[in-house]
Amino acid sequence: MIDFKTIVLIFFGALAVSSAVLVVFLRNIVYSAFSLIATFFSLAVLFIFLSAEFVAGVQVLIYVGGILILFLFALMLSQQLSQKAVKLSSTKLLPAVLLALPMLGIFLFVIYQTDWELVQNIQMEEGVASLASLLLDKYLLPFELASILLLGALVGALLLARPGEK
Amino acid sequence: MESLSIFLHNLTQQTLPLWIFVLLSIVLILFLITLPFAGFATYLERKVSADIQARIGPNRVGPYGLLQFIADGIKLILKEDIIPTASDKIFFRMAPMIVIIGSFSMFVIIPFAQKIVIADLNIGVLYILAMGSFVALGTIMGGWASNNKWSLLGGMRSAASVISYEIPAALALLNVILVSGSMSFGHIVDQQKFFNWNLFHNPFLFISFFIYFISALAEVNRTPFDIPEADSELVGGYHTEYSGMRFALFFLAEYADIFVICAVATAAFLGGWHVPFLNYENIAEGVQLPLQFIITLTKILVLFYVVMWLRWTLPRYRVDQLLGLCWKFLTPLSFLMVILTSMWMLCFGGRSFYGIIIGFFS
Repeated sequence: MIDFKTIVLIFFGALAVSSAVLVVFLRNIVYSAFSLIATFFSLAVLFIFLSAEFVAGVQVLIYVGGILILFLFALMLSQQLSQKAVKLSSTKLLPAVLLALPMLGIFLFVIYQTDWELVQNIQMEEGVASLASLLLDKYLLPFELASILLLGALVGALLLARPGEK
Repeated sequence: MESLSIFLHNLTQQTLPLWIFVLLSIVLILFLITLPFAGFATYLERKVSADIQARIGPNRVGPYGLLQFIADGIKLILKEDIIPTASDKIFFRMAPMIVIIGSFSMFVIIPFAQKIVIADLNIGVLYILAMGSFVALGTIMGGWASNNKWSLLGGMRSAASVISYEIPAALALLNVILVSGSMSFGHIVDQQKFFNWNLFHNPFLFISFFIYFISALAEVNRTPFDIPEADSELVGGYHTEYSGMRFALFFLAEYADIFVICAVATAAFLGGWHVPFLNYENIAEGVQLPLQFIITLTKILVLFYVVMWLRWTLPRYRVDQLLGLCWKFLTPLSFLMVILTSMWMLCFGGRSFYGIIIGFFS
């Protein structure tokens, strides 16, 4: 007898994978965006199963509430209002495959190399506090590097969006 | 903090499995608080607007027109359910559902009293903000699926206002998290006994409260920020094509959302069920919960009245003014408030303004 938790876990795992597949294969780009939301949402549920409530909350807040709404905003602005079609079919098949295959290789390598240990009855600490102390103490350098990267991206985006000086 | 389901479970000496009580508590909150309130709010809104405009308002159905919302509900259910041919059928049907799921799921963490909360999540504040974005998603979906320029513009305006105003709202709530050291609303309310309301903790939190309230108003699309449904420019905005019960669902969700933001403001800034000079330890067990419930609800309703009062007093903002207000004024101000609150916590060792004054006399 499978318990209720397992059923929910399997359901959201399957939903995450299937909606991610739909994102790639759907013909309508707005449908793709909405099925990406399903992917993010089911990933958030999986995070809750890993006792990472904070990550789940941030996942929904940032990806669904921020990034995807921005996506939809841009899509509607370009497609519906100005009647500009978004190109959906891929043209450069060979470079894409050449790029994707090593990526798949790396993922498979990592998955098979990792020793997936089953941990029984771990005691979870207070989630947010321990996360904060890890980020600002042990992993301070990667944290700061990530913020510099984001700042760079922000400046780059501003530069691209600025009306050209003609 | 104990949740309602565990409270009921212990009350019956744990004779029934817990999940029954989890379901029961959800049904209780939804059908005893959310839905009646959302329905009653439509009546209240009309009465308040009538009062402000020196009219009488609904007065035909029942005493003082009190049953008007039931009559309206029956009328809307009986209406023909129209789905435009050119619309996207699936999303057109899904949009009201997503809106209603998003706004009703926010009721999970609202602390009405010590034990009357469905689940006191330890990421409560994040949860509220995350679920709020689901509502916006529904409005965008509805606007897009209607296949109508007005609806689409309404949906896009809603998207723009939500992604902008989420930032000051989240930063204002971050100040509360800084002061309380927790994201769970039960914990946040517990820390605000007597005079220790977060509103008066320090001057910066006082400003944060107003930042939160303004941003939250913009996030739930209330006048003066109701540009997604601005009827003078966009006919009806994202729900132009909706009729009958689907339209009513959008409306119910809107009032439920306002209730949620008022409840969050109450719990985060106005001390929840705590009022000065009232010590719950001196009050009999049986009276405690109803008293807390009534005090919380009173605070929420006062804020709710303020929301309606604003709607019928202020004219609507223009889109560029709305976004300008957010990005050029509220966002920098709320960043400044986060920095200043952190400095206050550092300088005074986390003590509140009230605590410092009390410190002088003892």
